[in-house]
Amino acid sequence: MADTFSSMQNQYKTILKKYIEDKNEVVLYQAQQFSKKILENQVSPEETVSFHLEAIDEFFPKLPEGVRDSFELLIEVMMGFGMAYREHQSLRDKQKELEAEINVAASMQQTLLPANIPEVESLDIGVISMPATKMSGDYYHFIKDENDCIGLAIADIIGKGIPAALCMSMIKYAMDSLPEQRLQPGALLENLNRVVERNVAANMFITMMYGSYDPRIHQFYYSGAGHEPGFYYNYAEDKFEELYAKGLALGIKRETKFREYHKRVEPGDFIVLLSDGVTECRTVDGFIEREEIISLIRKYQHMTAQEIVDKVFYELERLQHFQLKDDFSLIILRRKV
Amino acid sequence: MDLELRTVEGKGRKVLYVGGEIDAHTAPQLKDEIIPLTEEQETKVIVDLTNVNYIDSTGLGVFIGALKSAKNHNSKLELTGLNDRIKRLFSITGLDEVMNIDEDKREEAK
Repeated sequence: MADTFSSMQNQYKTILKKYIEDKNEVVLYQAQQFSKKILENQVSPEETVSFHLEAIDEFFPKLPEGVRDSFELLIEVMMGFGMAYREHQSLRDKQKELEAEINVAASMQQTLLPANIPEVESLDIGVISMPATKMSGDYYHFIKDENDCIGLAIADIIGKGIPAALCMSMIKYAMDSLPEQRLQPGALLENLNRVVERNVAANMFITMMYGSYDPRIHQFYYSGAGHEPGFYYNYAEDKFEELYAKGLALGIKRETKFREYHKRVEPGDFIVLLSDGVTECRTVDGFIEREEIISLIRKYQHMTAQEIVDKVFYELERLQHFQLKDDFSLIILRRKV
Repeated sequence: MDLELRTVEGKGRKVLYVGGEIDAHTAPQLKDEIIPLTEEQETKVIVDLTNVNYIDSTGLGVFIGALKSAKNHNSKLELTGLNDRIKRLFSITGLDEVMNIDEDKREEAK
């Protein structure tokens, strides 16, 4: 390090000498390069000023006394900058460490989400879930039982980032511990609500829509806990309806009841579940309205469920100039035959 | 962006006037103002949202925290002046069933 330091000093002396002699652009360019080197080698501002002082002391041995003293003062002043710069450096290092930790956490979080979509012959399912930042506050879940019944959930945890992600792991494990209620949306939400209410801070809450689909009789049962309504597409009438299940969000009141709704699903009909990131998408012109989401889905409805959700996501992302403001999730479940 | 917050205290009741957008950035300001108001015993805290055009889920969380705190201190929390979009938010999350939302004032505020 000491070597580098004295070599830096010599390099500066050379550049300064050339500049005093020629005053040309090439030397100015070298000076710019040198300032990058200073940063790389962590030479402080006050040390750089002292390079200058020692160099001109050598070039002009008869420096007026006052000039020399003035540099001592400048060195003193530069010390503040030096300290601030070193602080900045150490913060940058810490930030890198944090980022690395968050990356690990984010990839761990991915393991909380289902790795693949269950396959049932008569159904076509598509899902997309994208975090606005590295960590997501949106959760979705699928399970399939031995009768090919599908349980599916979509949830939005208040806030974004790490607190939401921590909360999500609680939801995941709580849901895993309630296997017997997988096909009873109301009962599942009631139990889940008790877990959440006991375990979250006063200002946290979670919204969720839980549904189960029985392909033997093509019935869809669902309950909602304060979640953004989804859509139901009626193929025979070529119409979209709101799919809403009224209920209080999870984590607010201990004893909450959730009403169960059901719907007979005909061939070609499909169910759309979404997180409010989808309808709270903000663009320069204001919010994206639910009708716009419908018209986007309509535009691609001839495609497979997965293609529809991918295309809708892409268009919404484009409308927000590829900067998601909120986590985004969209699930489509269609009865094929 | 900052929230505009102004509290007018009366006998047994306090009115908090809020202006701006309540989101993840401004929610802490609202929380710092509203929670102490609800911590006084037997007070009615009225939050006037006439000049609020947007609340996100973090903002809703602050109101839930305030509701819980008010309950713990035998106080009451009431919201007035909600625009349609905000009203929808309270309705979808089911909060309109557990919170006092002043219907009349809302009509006036339109």
